[in-house]
Amino acid sequence: MPAVSSDTPPCFDIRELTKVYGSGEAAVHALRGVDLSIPDGDMVVLLGPSGSGKSTLLNIIGGLDRATDGVFKFRGEDLTRASVRQLTLYRRRHVGFVFQFYNLMPSLTARENVELVTEIADNPLSAAEALAMVGLDHRMDHFPAEMSGGEQQRVAIARAIAKRPEVMLCDEPTGALDSATGVRVLQALRDVNEQLGATTLIITHNAGVADMAHRVVTFSDGRVGKVEVNETRIEPEALTW
Amino acid sequence: MVDPRHPLIPGLSKLDRKLVRDLWSMRVQIIAIALVIAAGVAVHIVAAGMLDSLKLTRDTYYDRHQFADIWAPVVRAPEALADDAGAIPGVRAVESRVRSAAQFSLDTMDAPAAGEVLSLPQANGSAINRVFLVEGRMPLAGQRDEILLLETFAIAHGLEPGDTIEATIYGARDRLRITGLALSPEYVYAIAPGQIVPDPRMFGVAWMEREALAQAVDRDGAFTELIVQLQPGAETAPVIAALDRLLEPYGAPGAYAREDQISDAFVSSEIDQLSTMAGFLPPIFLAVAAVLVNVVLARLVALERTEIGLMKAFGYRDRDVVIHYLKFASVIGAIGFIAGLALGVWLGRSLAALYTEYYRFPYLIFSLRAEVYGVAALVTFIAIGGAGVLAAWRAARLDPAIAMRPPPPPDYSQALGAGLTRWRRIDHQTRMVLRQILRWPQRSAITIGGIAVSAGLLISTLFFLDSMEVMIGSYFDIANRQDITVSFNQPRSREALYALERMPGVMAAEPVRHVAVRLRNGPVEERAALTGLPREAQLSRAVTAAGDGIEPPPGGLVLSQDLAEKLGVKAGETIEVEVTEGRRPVLEIPVSGVSTSYIGSSLNMQIDDLNRIMGEGRVITGAALRVDRDQEARLYTALKAAPGVAGLSLQTQAEEMFVDIMDQSMGTSILIYTLFAGLIAVGVVYNSVRISFSERETELAVLRVLGFTRGEVAYVLLGEIAVLTLISLPIGALAGAGLAFVFAEAMSSDLFRLPYVIEARTFAYAAGLVIFVAISSALMVRSRLDKLDMVAVLKAGE
Ligand SMILES: Nc1ncnc2c1ncn2[C@@H]1O[C@H](COP(=O)(O)OP(=O)(O)O)[C@@H](O)[C@H]1O
Ligand SMILES: [Mg+2]
Repeated sequence: MPAVSSDTPPCFDIRELTKVYGSGEAAVHALRGVDLSIPDGDMVVLLGPSGSGKSTLLNIIGGLDRATDGVFKFRGEDLTRASVRQLTLYRRRHVGFVFQFYNLMPSLTARENVELVTEIADNPLSAAEALAMVGLDHRMDHFPAEMSGGEQQRVAIARAIAKRPEVMLCDEPTGALDSATGVRVLQALRDVNEQLGATTLIITHNAGVADMAHRVVTFSDGRVGKVEVNETRIEPEALTW
Repeated sequence: MVDPRHPLIPGLSKLDRKLVRDLWSMRVQIIAIALVIAAGVAVHIVAAGMLDSLKLTRDTYYDRHQFADIWAPVVRAPEALADDAGAIPGVRAVESRVRSAAQFSLDTMDAPAAGEVLSLPQANGSAINRVFLVEGRMPLAGQRDEILLLETFAIAHGLEPGDTIEATIYGARDRLRITGLALSPEYVYAIAPGQIVPDPRMFGVAWMEREALAQAVDRDGAFTELIVQLQPGAETAPVIAALDRLLEPYGAPGAYAREDQISDAFVSSEIDQLSTMAGFLPPIFLAVAAVLVNVVLARLVALERTEIGLMKAFGYRDRDVVIHYLKFASVIGAIGFIAGLALGVWLGRSLAALYTEYYRFPYLIFSLRAEVYGVAALVTFIAIGGAGVLAAWRAARLDPAIAMRPPPPPDYSQALGAGLTRWRRIDHQTRMVLRQILRWPQRSAITIGGIAVSAGLLISTLFFLDSMEVMIGSYFDIANRQDITVSFNQPRSREALYALERMPGVMAAEPVRHVAVRLRNGPVEERAALTGLPREAQLSRAVTAAGDGIEPPPGGLVLSQDLAEKLGVKAGETIEVEVTEGRRPVLEIPVSGVSTSYIGSSLNMQIDDLNRIMGEGRVITGAALRVDRDQEARLYTALKAAPGVAGLSLQTQAEEMFVDIMDQSMGTSILIYTLFAGLIAVGVVYNSVRISFSERETELAVLRVLGFTRGEVAYVLLGEIAVLTLISLPIGALAGAGLAFVFAEAMSSDLFRLPYVIEARTFAYAAGLVIFVAISSALMVRSRLDKLDMVAVLKAGE
């Protein structure tokens, strides 16, 4: 891990990043040259129409997929051509994921789902602490099948934050939730960003959510359309859907 | 092959195209199941086919060569008596003949070979036990020195028609000319009396013109044996009783039927053993295959519930859906059946070739009865079809509306494994493994059962090797420790023993006296040979199962367990012993002990007691010798010159022969069953892991996303099968022990009894093999795990 110094590189430094699925006639250009720099500790919201490449970028940033061309650096370390093993370690040590469909282990309770990750982390929160941060300390011994969608998503957030990640990546975390529940989830994400200082990227369809971010990145057709920095941020509970 | 992924195969309906697609995508699983079916079908065809072939061959051979139903030996009886025998009710034909012990001297072997000379059926006679002339010609009438020689014996010594052979018959040594080589239904299994294995070198049979032989053995105008064929449906026992009454004054030891004719007894016991195998094993394989088909189809239905919902929504009827999945099952069944058929016929033919080595049939009719195939087809159809119907029915019952919604995530909160929460010691990956097993107890049980069946089959197959080793060890190393057994033509004085003791290389000699007896306990009667042994016999003796010598006390009998069981007697009880030679005494003798004899039976008393009973003085009929190996050749020369020696049996050679035969006849079967048992393990493990993988693909991908390495994720998937395999091993050991017991019982005959012994290494070997197969099958799935596409799996939820 690069040492922190006065000329600390940005958390993510992305240059000319392209991603092509398939080849020849059937080739799909999901990313057509993305340039983006995200400072440490930022909360970033990614907006853009469906199919514009948001998930593709997030997956590359998260080490789930590889770019076709360009450069992707995490804290100055070039991960563009990292090996499977390097990417696994990168995800394990630095990245917390939250997905639209929670993806909890159905065979583990809330606490166990969180512990599953803390067992392999270096300096984790306790499962109880992580669940308390998302307001679920009272349902720790319930199985996913016994919980509502919002509760499951908050367990997923607790699971993601328990390892004290430097990066939180959330692909439509509120997509499957009603607005009240969605707000709770967003509050949890904001708390984590503030208390743990994790650089947080949130993909959403909901433009309103952008108001809680430091930075709003709008995608169109595989490119970054514009990057706005919010002067003032709004608390999640005040967001309008 | 048509590329099944191509969507447009002309002439196929939409459903059938889906069928082809499904079949193709599940091809490895299908092959794994088809192999198990194939194993079952092949075992059935081999076992039932061999059984059929052996029976058909035997029956045809016996029929064409007029195999006798009853043998009635005498010392000497006038020819006229044959007509009286012919008049006994139930008798269809009688033939008298002369049969005599003989000893052959050969250039190819130091030791003399024991043997028999029989008179050829007379030209005007009924031709009972007619020989099969393989090569050469029949001896000519009036040519006193011409013989037919048993083909196996001739081959073993490189003899051909035209050659001569030196034989001692009735004390006179002669050079005989071989005119032809023959086989006989009486010598399908050519084994010397009192021997336990056929050794083609050590036992010769010759056929001569009746008159020449009669003169040679001083039986002019007389016979020494009647051979009898019964009228169809006639009962054996009354005819035997009538023959015994008729022949008793002529020194008859008692007539006997086919079951006591050594060659037929061996053939029949082999047939019994085959029918045990034929009855037992195929159902096990087919049952496993049926369960696998059901499990795999059930999983397929679960995977395709949306598709099924759509099919129904589009107006397909339940019947169409059922037929669709039945077709799926039929394809698996058909592949397995056809592969099994091919494998079975091929194996059957290879084994048949082996059997013709082992048994001396002039031909082997490889039976291809339609029933054998019909039964295989029917049972496969019922098993696989049944499994298919069950699964298809589940598909048909799916409500289309529900079917089109994705299934809810599995609920573990009410499942067996929920309580594991309190168990803090294990890590959560292990917890997932255990909960998965407990969440689907039925499926876990099926996997455990399947692997246990595989392990059990392995153990019960390998058990034969252990058992055989104990059997051979007990007989050759513990009970019979002599190097050579000498038998005489007739009882000889004690002097003969002293003469043996003085021969070169003889280090120890112990006398033996055999007499033929009938044992009775109430209505039960058994024929046996009663052996008189010296006190504290060190060479040939009776032993207990533990391997200690067990000696008859003065005035008492020791008999082997098998005889005791047949007669229903225990130590301390008394049985009636009727000697059927000499002055034919009948006595009540107490049974003082029961011994263990895995090969043949044994019935012993002290030789002095026996001689007193017989009232013929201190005589012996043979001796057990321990000899100095370096002087064997000189000893054989002396024995060849000794008067009255009927034959020798060489212990080491007999043991080698025995092991050889067992290796040949069982080695192949053991290899086949081991392989097939392995196939079950492959089928069960591969399908179990494959299904588990398809169900948990998302979970496993998420674990990779969370930063678990490929190895750690593999542990979560493969830990399940590892635990199930470990659980199944002790169960398999129990099942194997049980199955081995059943086999030991079922395969034991009058001739052999399989001791029920399973060595620790057999369990270890079976466990090792199952674990190896499980790991290999599991690794076949692991490669899929490594290719897991995290992004695609996460997208699938959208
Ligand atoms: N595995 C894939 N194979 C082929 N095309 C893909 C794959 N994943 C995404 N795409 C395509 O790439 C483009 C960008 O997709 P995505 O990043 O998921 O968009 P977004 O998340 O903004 O909706 C879309 O056109 C999509 O169809
Ligand atoms: Mg997306």
